[in-house]
Amino acid sequence: MFQLPLWPVRASTYANNLDALFIFLLLVTGLVTVMIFILLLVFAIRYRQSRVRAATPIEGSVTLEVTWSVVPFGIFLMIFVWGAVLYFQARTPPQNSMEIYVVAKQWMWKLQHTEGQREINELHVPVDRDIKLIMTSQDVIHSFFVPAFRKKQDVLPGRYTVQWFHATRPGEYHLFCAEYCGTQHSGMIGRVVVMTPADYESWLGGGGAEGSLSSSGEKIFQQLGCGTCHRSDTQGRGPNLEHLFGNPVSLEDGRTVVADENYVRESILNPGAKITAGFKNIMPTFQGVISEEQLLALIAYIKALPSQKSVPGNNPPATKSSTQLR
Amino acid sequence: MATATVTVERQDYLNANYGIKSWLLTTDHKRIALLYLMSITFFFFIGGFFALLIRLELLTPAGDLVQADTYNKLFTMHGQVMIFFFLIPSIPAVLGNFLIPLMIGAKDLAFPRINLLSWYLFILGGSLMIYTILAGGVDTGWTFYTPLSTAFLNTHVVTAAMAIFIAGFSSILTGLNFIVTTHRMRAPGMTWSRLPLFVWSNYATSIIQVLGTPVLAITLALVGLERVFHIGIFNPQLGGDPLLFQHLFWFYSHPAVYIMILPGMGVVSELVACFTRKRVFGYAFVALASIAIAVLGFLVWAHHMFTAGISIYAAMIFSFFSYMVAVPSAIKVFNWTATLYKGSISFATPMLYAFGFIGLFTMGGMTGLFLAALGVDIHVTDTYFVIAHFHYIMVGGMVMAYLGGMHFWWPKISGRMYPEYWGKLAALIIFVGFHLTFFPQFVLGYLGMPRRYYAYSPEFQVLNVLSTAGASILAVGYLLPMVYFLWSLRYGKPAGDNPWGAAGLEWTTPSPPPKHNFEETPVVTWEAYNYDELPREIPVGR
Amino acid sequence: MADSELIAVQELQHHFSDLEQQREASSMGMWVFLITEIMFFGGMFLAYLVYRFEYYQAWVDGSQHMNFWFGTVNTVVLIGSSLSMALAVRAAQLGLKKPLVVLLIITMALGLVFMVVKGVEYHEHWEGHEFPGRNFHYEGRDPLHVEMFFVLYFTMTGFHALHVILGLGAVGVIAYMAARGRFTAEYHNPVENVGLYWHFVDLVWIYLYPLLYLISHHHT
Repeated sequence: MFQLPLWPVRASTYANNLDALFIFLLLVTGLVTVMIFILLLVFAIRYRQSRVRAATPIEGSVTLEVTWSVVPFGIFLMIFVWGAVLYFQARTPPQNSMEIYVVAKQWMWKLQHTEGQREINELHVPVDRDIKLIMTSQDVIHSFFVPAFRKKQDVLPGRYTVQWFHATRPGEYHLFCAEYCGTQHSGMIGRVVVMTPADYESWLGGGGAEGSLSSSGEKIFQQLGCGTCHRSDTQGRGPNLEHLFGNPVSLEDGRTVVADENYVRESILNPGAKITAGFKNIMPTFQGVISEEQLLALIAYIKALPSQKSVPGNNPPATKSSTQLR
Repeated sequence: MATATVTVERQDYLNANYGIKSWLLTTDHKRIALLYLMSITFFFFIGGFFALLIRLELLTPAGDLVQADTYNKLFTMHGQVMIFFFLIPSIPAVLGNFLIPLMIGAKDLAFPRINLLSWYLFILGGSLMIYTILAGGVDTGWTFYTPLSTAFLNTHVVTAAMAIFIAGFSSILTGLNFIVTTHRMRAPGMTWSRLPLFVWSNYATSIIQVLGTPVLAITLALVGLERVFHIGIFNPQLGGDPLLFQHLFWFYSHPAVYIMILPGMGVVSELVACFTRKRVFGYAFVALASIAIAVLGFLVWAHHMFTAGISIYAAMIFSFFSYMVAVPSAIKVFNWTATLYKGSISFATPMLYAFGFIGLFTMGGMTGLFLAALGVDIHVTDTYFVIAHFHYIMVGGMVMAYLGGMHFWWPKISGRMYPEYWGKLAALIIFVGFHLTFFPQFVLGYLGMPRRYYAYSPEFQVLNVLSTAGASILAVGYLLPMVYFLWSLRYGKPAGDNPWGAAGLEWTTPSPPPKHNFEETPVVTWEAYNYDELPREIPVGR
Repeated sequence: MADSELIAVQELQHHFSDLEQQREASSMGMWVFLITEIMFFGGMFLAYLVYRFEYYQAWVDGSQHMNFWFGTVNTVVLIGSSLSMALAVRAAQLGLKKPLVVLLIITMALGLVFMVVKGVEYHEHWEGHEFPGRNFHYEGRDPLHVEMFFVLYFTMTGFHALHVILGLGAVGVIAYMAARGRFTAEYHNPVENVGLYWHFVDLVWIYLYPLLYLISHHHT
């Protein structure tokens, strides 16, 4: 079967934007390269020894040097700005993106939809939606790469990295691991299946026997006894988690950090690293007791808790409250 | 016609002493250059052999020639051997060692014994690398990313790291020697502005070697400690940060690519001047561009990490500096091209390599502009696009410059001419083979074929087959000079002192030069590339 | 020609045109080498700074386990050895053989004291389960990053100690050569160069001492 593809399919908004810059670069660099080749050829012929017995010594020309420094640099700056703008967009997921969690391990991709579906080496997504992947690795560095979307992001152990895309046409596209990760690196592949909204809904309906990710997280929250200290009132030995996600947290050493996925994960695995102001370092570590998937479920649960900031900080005030954690 | 003349063999550095001890304990920079020549050629063929196996495997989409682990070892060791045991020493340790004292009018480098030590360190590191290969190899990728290399592999990571660590010191000492030599050993009248551009380039290279290589040393040492003592400087499971490894690693390994290309640029300047019979256009700019590349080259390392998880703003800074460092390289290409204008150009083998360099380096450099563009890099990083980019520069650029330099100075080194017809043929074969091997890889990269893949998606096959075909042609092209250079040692035409009519102090000595280079220290009163004062044409009529 | 000048001239290597050039070249060589050493240690200093910023509390906790007195004694000892080294160079410049040898020996002795103190200190850390790896055990908070503090402590002081040992060797060789009368007022370059190296090793310690022993020590 003789296939000679020369251009990858475009299946995302980013692919459209990027190909424009790429083609511009092809034209500019192609032009310059051809220009230089022509000059080399013309000079080689015109000034060959059999035609020109004596070379004309020419020291140089500051004007030329400045010109061919400044002009290329100007063009480079233009390319830089264009590329930087694209990059900024690529690395800034839109608000209200649909979130999907990815756990990479040697040598497979595990995907977790918030509705509860789990997939291995396959990712079903609806077309025309902003989709944000929150990714971590169980072992070494991997990289989630979809050529048709022109998107790639390294997936790191010990923290979450994020990428997003907006698919524009239904179809099946390659998913490759793009950071060398050991023996079966080239086998850590799969596909992204982009579906029409209707197809996606029916696909969703068919799976996820365990219920949504956040409800799984709630079960784990209860199983591990987190509610003992993290109560929904202010009497707990640990901070109330209802107003946590996405908001700033004052730490006891004076710093303030934003409670994002990485913060929650670290707080579960290494609680002593960042202690909330007004609380003691008594939380046990869950390192080794909890898997990456369970961590993601807990994070989904915590995210789903009410996140309006109605109580300033997390200082334990005197009054009781009757709110229960969902 | 046979005549009964008695020829007294003139004493030169080759016949000054005989015996293996006189070679292994030599402090003559010219002999040390030859010791290096033999060593790096040996490693070139090992690295090349690995490349051939890689390309053979990639003929088919399935992984069917070797096992996955074996393939991973092949590309790892291809990279390590080619970079650390061939490219980085190549021009400086062979041509630089041989020529710099001659070019500046000195009797030797500043520290001849350290020069010999540096070769022994290279051999020690190289032996450890050979041991690593024979003992089963290493499969971390030449980039050693953690925590894969420190906590997840069972191959000979520590010995490979140690081998490179030791070879690094060889590189540092060579750089140190060149810096002090250039500052302190120039003959009277040889001011900085009269130095050949080859010396300027090696000086800039030496600055990078001296400042950058120690960082690689400490990084590899930490990787070794991490493996041996089970600690987690770079391992998140043990509290460390894998990105810290990447920053430390690339802080050296990006400037390393300038260690690899700057000497080649120096050679090209010499070739272009000689074969156009005129001074390089914009001498001062070309000289200072070398220094600019060395300095700016230290500011761009995280452009290897745009998708690694660094902050958006850090990425923008590194992208900006990456465009800045492209400017002095562009300046050089324009200046070489301008040198051709109103020159008197001839096309001996060295000049063919110079043309090849300018063309291929331009193409490779242009693709660097793609990679420096943040938005583009997201797509093409870690794909064959990057592989094509750096092979254009390192193979299409550096190896061509190295071969061009070897052909140009071969008469000086050996006293013999290589066969010109075969020289031109090999250059042509290499040029064709090179394009066929690496151009398809740009397409493969944009299509999305990731690097370090031993089995790939079937639609990539045709391009891979083209690439492998090119590689076999390239192999032939590289074997030819091996054969005819050796042939020329016995049967090559004896070269005179200056077969090319070239400017430069090295050409004022006999071919091969005497052990102490100059009977009397030259006193320089002329500018570099004084071709207007030299015979107009190349005497041997090429 | 005076005896000392005769000795000096014998030391002129064949590729240098005069002693002046040889001296300047060898000094420059030592300076360039020291710059490579700065870059080598620089990597570790960077790692220290990055982790200190990221895991400040663990750094404070780790600092409580450092032995302030060992560190301070070693600092005084090393600075003292730099003083004796500087005086040795002075003696060489004046062509005074006996003071030169004596001062070099004092330098070595002080360097040896440094190593002994370090050895005792390392042993104490080992006994306290503060050596990273399988031996490490820490009861307080964030043990992972407290261990990281110790990783950096041991690698930084370990590589430094390695350089002290190499320095001891170099000083020893110079002392031997001095005792054999190889140095004169006209030729004593190796003494100066080894002196430079020794001062550098001292300087690295002067950076390590506050970072490891002073800041955050006794911090509540």
